[in-house]
Amino acid sequence: MAIRVRVPTPLRRFTAGVGEVPADGASVRAVIENLEQRHPGMRERLLDDKGELRRFVNIYLNGNDIRFLEQLDSKVKDGDDISIVPAIAGGR
Amino acid sequence: MSYVTSLKCRECGQEYPITPVHVCETCFGPLEVVYDYARIGKVLTRAAIESRAENLWRYRELLPVDGEPEMGPFSGFTPLLHARRLGAEVGLKRLYIKDDTVNHPTLSYKDRVVAVAITKAREFGFTTVSCASTGNLATAVAAHAARAGLRCYIFMPEGVESGKVVGSTIYGAQVITIRGNYDDVNRLCSEIADKYGWAFVNINLRPYYTEGAKTFGFEVAEQLGWRLPDHIVVPTAGGTILPKVAKAFKEFKQLGLIDGSFKIHCAQAAGSAPVIAALHKGTDLILPVKPNTIAKSIAIGNPADGFYVLKAVRESGGWGEGASDPEIIDAIRLLARTEGIFAEPAGGTTLAVTLKLVRDGRIKPDELVVVSITGNGYKTLEAVAGIIEPPVSIGARLEEFDALYERLPNGKRAVAGAA
Repeated sequence: MAIRVRVPTPLRRFTAGVGEVPADGASVRAVIENLEQRHPGMRERLLDDKGELRRFVNIYLNGNDIRFLEQLDSKVKDGDDISIVPAIAGGR
Repeated sequence: MSYVTSLKCRECGQEYPITPVHVCETCFGPLEVVYDYARIGKVLTRAAIESRAENLWRYRELLPVDGEPEMGPFSGFTPLLHARRLGAEVGLKRLYIKDDTVNHPTLSYKDRVVAVAITKAREFGFTTVSCASTGNLATAVAAHAARAGLRCYIFMPEGVESGKVVGSTIYGAQVITIRGNYDDVNRLCSEIADKYGWAFVNINLRPYYTEGAKTFGFEVAEQLGWRLPDHIVVPTAGGTILPKVAKAFKEFKQLGLIDGSFKIHCAQAAGSAPVIAALHKGTDLILPVKPNTIAKSIAIGNPADGFYVLKAVRESGGWGEGASDPEIIDAIRLLARTEGIFAEPAGGTTLAVTLKLVRDGRIKPDELVVVSITGNGYKTLEAVAGIIEPPVSIGARLEEFDALYERLPNGKRAVAGAA
């Protein structure tokens, strides 16, 4: 069993149009590295050149914003859900 | 005829055609509408604007629609009141209230942004419109969708005021409440928008929707007699309106319709103040919070445009503060009893913060100040219901009233004392 990653429209050109892909890794950062191997180009869309999460990207682990957890070091296990969601949305 | 040329990423500058997209494919930055200001400058004059109907479309060259706007014929152009009694109490001679409590048809500033978004949804050919909302947006989308004959799905967090739930369902919208807070709703809706291809006014139509908020600023400048206020205080939740008010003032200046400068200040409820925290700390990094405030319409802990609020405030030399729940309630009552305007908690927040800025000397007594009141208290009665004094009950006999009038603190003795 792997980790399920939901991919938003702007990133689906890296996943051949698929909205949900499997990945492996023990932390969010490791999952992103694994995504990069499976779908080259994803990492630089998610992380800036210092390796930090880009300002306009939110990542949710099992529905929780990773900024409320341990950021990119948040622990991940098999069966977890990760959602990548553009930050720009909403307004009351 | 449209003066819009493209969409452009605010972060990396990449351009996109006019389609229902809101996020840059390269950097996830927000997309913004680009106008041909040179052409607009040739047609948009004070006289042209003044000759038009009193609704938000009088600034239509600066709004991102192609055809004749069909929605919102009575939206916008709300009153700008010189608040003399309130001003006297708080020590401001030139205090103005921009009063969107009476915006048509759903009594909040959201009627502006939704009139633009639904017009655009029809231009794009959508048949279903939707939104993630804490309430005011929900009622506005539901009402405009009804008038446009579009299917409507509304997503709200559990626990919003019943006036906003009932006030959306009544228009025939399907209302879905989500077990979670607004930020959870927003995330779900981003995923639904991706999967179902509906027009989410504040997601995939966001570049167009947000432009409607500029009309709040255009009106302030026009109604002041084509000038800028020294200060304008604006509430912040997701961060839509504040940067757009600043943009409105800048566009009018760029087009030569006004000159001068302004300071724009940010008001947040202390229980949901991630932008104020970053502003006071002097950082660009906005840490999300879990909201806890009676000001539910501005209870957004993870503001999409918070970064641009900071930018607009700092560029203008403005500031910002948070207001506690008791301060918000006091300000709602103050505005109601001095000016006859019943604002929702977001409005109480904005006035409470204005008072702090006056107290701290950031606003001087003789300066021209506009307080932005963006929503109506009749929709949020729960917020004050337990705090307001209950009515006094008597039988239908004159003697009972006579006795009551003797002992009421604001009764006979108060009148005699004043005479």
